[in-house]
Amino acid sequence: MTEWFASSDGEISSEQALDIYRVMLTIRSFESAAADLLAGGRLPGFLHLSIGQEGVAAGVCSALGPEDGITTTHRGHGHCIAKGGSVDRMMAELFGRGEGYCKGRSGSMHIMDADAGILGAHAIVGAGLPMAVGAAYSAKVRGERRVAVAFFGEGAVGEGVFHESLNLAALWSLPVVFVCENNRYAELSHVSMHLSAKHVADFGAPYGIPAATLDGNDVLAVASAARKAVGRARDGGGPTLLEFETYRWRGHFEGDPQRYRSRDEVASWQARDPVARFQERLEAGFAVDVAELDRIEREASTAVERAVEWAESLPPAPPTSLLEDVYRSGSA
Amino acid sequence: MPQLKYWQAINQAMAEELERDPATCLLGEDVGAAGGAFGASAKLQERFGEWRVRDTPISEATIVGAALGASMSGLRPIVEVMFFDFMAVAMDQVVNQAAKISFMSAGKYHAPMVVRTMAGTGRGTGPQHGQNLEGWLAHVPGLKVVWASEPADAKGLLKSAIRDDDPVVVIESLALWSRRGEVPEDPDHLVPIGRAAIRRAGRDVTVVSWGAAVHRALAAAAELEPEVDVEVVDLRSLSPLDREGLFASVEKTGRLVVVHEAVGSFGPGAEIASLAADECFDALRAPVRRVTPPFAPVPFPPQLEKAYFPQVTDIVAAVRDVTRRAA
Repeated sequence: MTEWFASSDGEISSEQALDIYRVMLTIRSFESAAADLLAGGRLPGFLHLSIGQEGVAAGVCSALGPEDGITTTHRGHGHCIAKGGSVDRMMAELFGRGEGYCKGRSGSMHIMDADAGILGAHAIVGAGLPMAVGAAYSAKVRGERRVAVAFFGEGAVGEGVFHESLNLAALWSLPVVFVCENNRYAELSHVSMHLSAKHVADFGAPYGIPAATLDGNDVLAVASAARKAVGRARDGGGPTLLEFETYRWRGHFEGDPQRYRSRDEVASWQARDPVARFQERLEAGFAVDVAELDRIEREASTAVERAVEWAESLPPAPPTSLLEDVYRSGSA
Repeated sequence: MPQLKYWQAINQAMAEELERDPATCLLGEDVGAAGGAFGASAKLQERFGEWRVRDTPISEATIVGAALGASMSGLRPIVEVMFFDFMAVAMDQVVNQAAKISFMSAGKYHAPMVVRTMAGTGRGTGPQHGQNLEGWLAHVPGLKVVWASEPADAKGLLKSAIRDDDPVVVIESLALWSRRGEVPEDPDHLVPIGRAAIRRAGRDVTVVSWGAAVHRALAAAAELEPEVDVEVVDLRSLSPLDREGLFASVEKTGRLVVVHEAVGSFGPGAEIASLAADECFDALRAPVRRVTPPFAPVPFPPQLEKAYFPQVTDIVAAVRDVTRRAA
C-alpha cells in the first residue's frame, strides 16, 4: 500500500511547490512568533505549537480545495494556515481581541473559519474525527464532491471515537481522509507507552481502509499521498488512513519542561527539518534560485509581523461579547 | 382532531419534517430497517430512503459527532440516542462540541441538529436505562432541552426542534409512549421552545413539573380538590426556561412545589426554587418544596420503583405541607 502512495516526479508543479513552501514558512513564522509573544508575557492562555510538523499541514492541504472541510486539534495553527485561514484573524484570536475568529473569546485551540472550510480546531483529543465523518456523510447525502479531512495525533488512537469513526466511514464508504500526525508523543508520553500497534496505519486493515505510514517530514511525499487519498475519496472510493511520521520540536505546551525526552533525541529530529529538506529539494529538483526562496521567507515573516502588530494594537474583547453567539436563534 | 399515541405523534413529526426539507435526516441505532427500538421511526426508511434514514453502529459519541459535522455542512440531522442513560457516552460531542459551535465560530457555523432520547423511567429499566439527567443538559450554555408530556406537544416540540438552528435535546418518556391525545394535523403545528403550559389553573399552590411526572401532579391536584386549588405548570422546556410563566404563577399562588424524576441534589428543582426565591420572594408564603427521588441509583422492580419515583401521595403531602405554613 505504501508504494501506491509514493510520489512521482512531475506530480507537483514548481508553482504548487512554491505555494507549499510559502505555507510551511508562514506556519513556522506564526508558531515562532507566538512562542516569543507568550514567553514575553504579551499573549494570554495556552499554546501548543506545531514547529517541526509543517510538512503534514502544508502537504495535505495542498491537495484540498476551498469547498473541502478539515477538523483539527489543540495543535492546529498549521492546519488552519494551510487551509486558508487568515494569520491576522488567528493572531487576533490568540491575543483575545474582538477581531479574532471567535471574537477573541476562545483562543489558540479553537480556530474555526466557515469560509475556509475549517470546521474547527477541537481541543478534546479525537473529537474532530466524528465531525469529519459527518461532513463526509453530508457530502454523500447531498451528492456533493466535497472531501473531509480529520487531522489528529497518534494519541487520538487511544480514544474510542478513533475506532468508531474509522468503522463508520468504512461501513458507509464516506469521502473522508484520516490524517494522523505521529509526532511520537501523546502529550508527555512517548508512543511506546500508549500505543499497542507498531504503526497507526495498522488500524486501517481491520476496518478495510487503505492505509500507509509515510515520512511526514518529506512534504512532497505528503502532498502526493494526500492527492491520491483525496482523489480516491472524491471519486467515491471511500476513506483512507494516512499516518505521517514527524516530530514535535517544542513541548506539549509552551512552558513544558520536557523531562520525558533527551536533547539528543530532539536534535536528531531537527536534523530532519521538513522546511530545510524542502528548501534543498526546491533548489535541486525544481531549479528555484535562492533569491526567490529568500523572498518567500521574507514575505511570510512580514505577514506574521504585520499580523502581530495589528492584533496587538486592537482593544481587548469586551465583556459585552460574552453572551453573543451562545445561541443562533436568540439567547435562552 | 385525530387521536394519536405519544409515539405516533413523534413518528408523524419526523415524517412531516423529512418530507418538508430534504436536508433533514435521521441517524441512530435501529432507526432504519427496524423502525426504531420502540417504533418511533416506523416506515420512515421505506419512505425516505436508506441514506436519509440511516442505521448506525452502537457508537453514540460518533453518531452524535457525525450529526454535528453534518449539521455544519448543510444537513439538519435528527439523532436517536436509544436511552437517556446512553447520552453519557455521547456527552463529549454534545457538551464540548455541539453546544459551543456557534460561540466558538462567532456565529459563522451553527449546529441545527436534534438529539432525541428516551427516559425509561417507570418501566422496570433499572440503574442504567432509567435515569433522568436533564439537569446535566440544561446546565450547558448552547443547548436547548425540551420534554413533552402530551402527544400534541411531542409532535409540536419535536417539529420546532428540527426547525431550530441550535442543537436541541428532545427527551421522550417511555412511560407515556402509548398515551393518547388529540394531535393537530397542521403540518406547521409548532410548539414554541421556551414556553410552559398551564395544565390546570389554580389559586393556592403552583406545582411545576415536566414529562411523565406532570400527570401525577394533575392526579394530586384532583385529589386535593376542593381542599387546595392547585395550579399545574408543565414546563415543557428546561432550557430555555419560561421564567415569566413560572414567576406569574408563583406571584399568583405564593406557594411552589417542584416535582421531577431526576434526583434532587444539584437538580433542576433547585434551579427553579432559586429563581422563584430571587424573583418572587415577597410573594412566597412558604418555603419552596421539591419532590424528587432519593439520592440513589434507579431500582428496577415495581415496588422499589414506586418507592423511588415521586408518587401522587408524595405530591399531595408536599402541597399540604406548603399550604399548612403561614397564611
